[in-house]
Amino acid sequence: MSLLAVSDLHTHYAGPSGTLRAVDDVSLTVEDGETVGLVGESGCGKSTLGKTITRLVAPTKGSIVFKQEDITRISERSLRPVRRRLQMIFQDPFGSLNPRQNIRDILTAPLVVHGYGNRAERAKRVEALIDRVGLPRTALSRYPHEFSGGQRQRIGIARALILDPELVVCDEPVSALDLSIQAQILNLLSSMKKDLGLSYLFISHDLSVVRYFTDRVLVMYLGRIVESADNRTLWAQPKHPYTRALMDAVPDPSRRRQAAPISGDLPSPQNIPSGCRFHPRCPLATDICRTVDPALTSFGPTHQVACHHADAA
Amino acid sequence: MANASLLSVRDLTVKFPRIEPVRNLSFDVSEGETLAIVGESGSGKSLTALALMRLLPKAAQITSGRIDFSGRDLLKLDDRSIRSLRGKEIAMIFQEPMTSLNPVLTIGRQITESLRLHEGLSAKAARLRAIELLDLVRIPAPHKRIDDYPHQLSGGMRQRVMIAIAVACRPRLLIADEPTTALDVTIQAQVLDLLDRLRRELSMALILITHDLGIVTQWADNVVVMYAGRKVEQALPEALFADPLHPYTRGLLNASPRLKDDYHYTDGPLTEIPGSIVSAIGENGCPFAPRCPIVRSGCRTRVPDLLVPAEDRLVACPVIFAEGERHVAARGL
Repeated sequence: MSLLAVSDLHTHYAGPSGTLRAVDDVSLTVEDGETVGLVGESGCGKSTLGKTITRLVAPTKGSIVFKQEDITRISERSLRPVRRRLQMIFQDPFGSLNPRQNIRDILTAPLVVHGYGNRAERAKRVEALIDRVGLPRTALSRYPHEFSGGQRQRIGIARALILDPELVVCDEPVSALDLSIQAQILNLLSSMKKDLGLSYLFISHDLSVVRYFTDRVLVMYLGRIVESADNRTLWAQPKHPYTRALMDAVPDPSRRRQAAPISGDLPSPQNIPSGCRFHPRCPLATDICRTVDPALTSFGPTHQVACHHADAA
Repeated sequence: MANASLLSVRDLTVKFPRIEPVRNLSFDVSEGETLAIVGESGSGKSLTALALMRLLPKAAQITSGRIDFSGRDLLKLDDRSIRSLRGKEIAMIFQEPMTSLNPVLTIGRQITESLRLHEGLSAKAARLRAIELLDLVRIPAPHKRIDDYPHQLSGGMRQRVMIAIAVACRPRLLIADEPTTALDVTIQAQVLDLLDRLRRELSMALILITHDLGIVTQWADNVVVMYAGRKVEQALPEALFADPLHPYTRGLLNASPRLKDDYHYTDGPLTEIPGSIVSAIGENGCPFAPRCPIVRSGCRTRVPDLLVPAEDRLVACPVIFAEGERHVAARGL
């Protein structure tokens, strides 16, 4: 059984000018010990998907099964033991850390909520975690604004891991960080995974980071998974024209002044195009793409693509 | 590099009451050239851009240096002369177009403003020219879009509008400060493509300020790497990536997953640069010394000179030559 199994998940928002289909029929799994990358541009729904899985946002339809328990619609009260095992790390840890609490209080709060040990045991756990994420113990009596972006992300990681979770949804954890700090945080996440047997759902817009850091990759476009494959297969044989465009758009040091691979903007999720949602920007689009929404089809044991012309690739 | 020098910055130092975010910086930009200034936050790259535009915050002071722009020292011009230059001969675009566009004015009004100010066009002529400019930056249906407000446009379209405003008076130098950092990767490629096309079509020089090394190789003719306010290396992009010299440049290239595509986390960790740029504050010698893997005791006491290991190449590190790993004749500048 998968650690996490999401089926036919929809998250829609009602807006003044119609329904916004942020997540629009998504199925995915995360296996024990796996890092699954979820890649896409802003507005594709990847963050909403992450927040729906952790139940920070309510799903409209579909199911989320975590450790064989259906958590799609369970109450806040029943969610509490689940949250202990299912945590989230955000892009901007500053926005998710209470500015008026010192780091010790920030890290102790989840332990208190979940009834972890006595005062001395909680203090010991907090110190162990702050050591593990590479911050000095003196950090515990300081406040979030006293830390740099990289240090704050270490605090965010310590807070997510303090309850010893099994799955961590990481939403753009290194996007706001400078390059030299990115490597430090990725290495920390990677060694934590090894030590604690964690699984990650790793949400990112940065293909290079996803390529390095994940075992399997899901490519999301306008609320839908359009391609899914194990890491090596995806880079060896990307089949969806959108996946290929994303890869081509990453500046390649060996090429000079390359032309942009696709034109146009991401359409609004309030106004999803008919047929294949990528067709207005797709270089391969034909009549069928304008009318028929392609389903995810298997092209090998781990490779699925939603494209009428995937064979041509 | 055969073209004439358009901009020449010499020994520029910007001082705030407690820190010097730009220190003894020199570089040149030739006509029609793209110079990339690369660095992380805290490197001083954005303040350098603001100094060129004479738009530094009030607390900042330029304590030394010259900025020669086609024969005039920008630091000696009075406010009136600098205003007539800014937006006309030197223009600038920023990372987040939403904060630099006025939300309550149509984009047409914002484009025509500088045309009427600098070129003295009538309202009607300026509007026609604005539609041409929107077309030039490839905004679809420009005659309709011209009456839109900024919030009605996507991030990529807003950046195109900023570019249209910037090039309205055909500047000779465009400074682009992280122009694509807030944009998605497919949109980023479109905007860089556009900037490069305009550079050629309008024969302007471009200073591209970025933290993204990938962008640099692709779009720059010459690269300056900054660290904690100082230039630590300068090279042609091919040379910089094939053979980075400064320990900081080497560290950045190694830390970047993008440049070693087949390397996977199961193969091992990324090479980290330990510590952070904050450690440069108060350092008397090389600003990178506290984080440097090959630091020597001398590095902490004296700021290293820029050495010239090859043509079109500068590097501020004597240790890489002393190591014995590299037999390049280095001579002082």
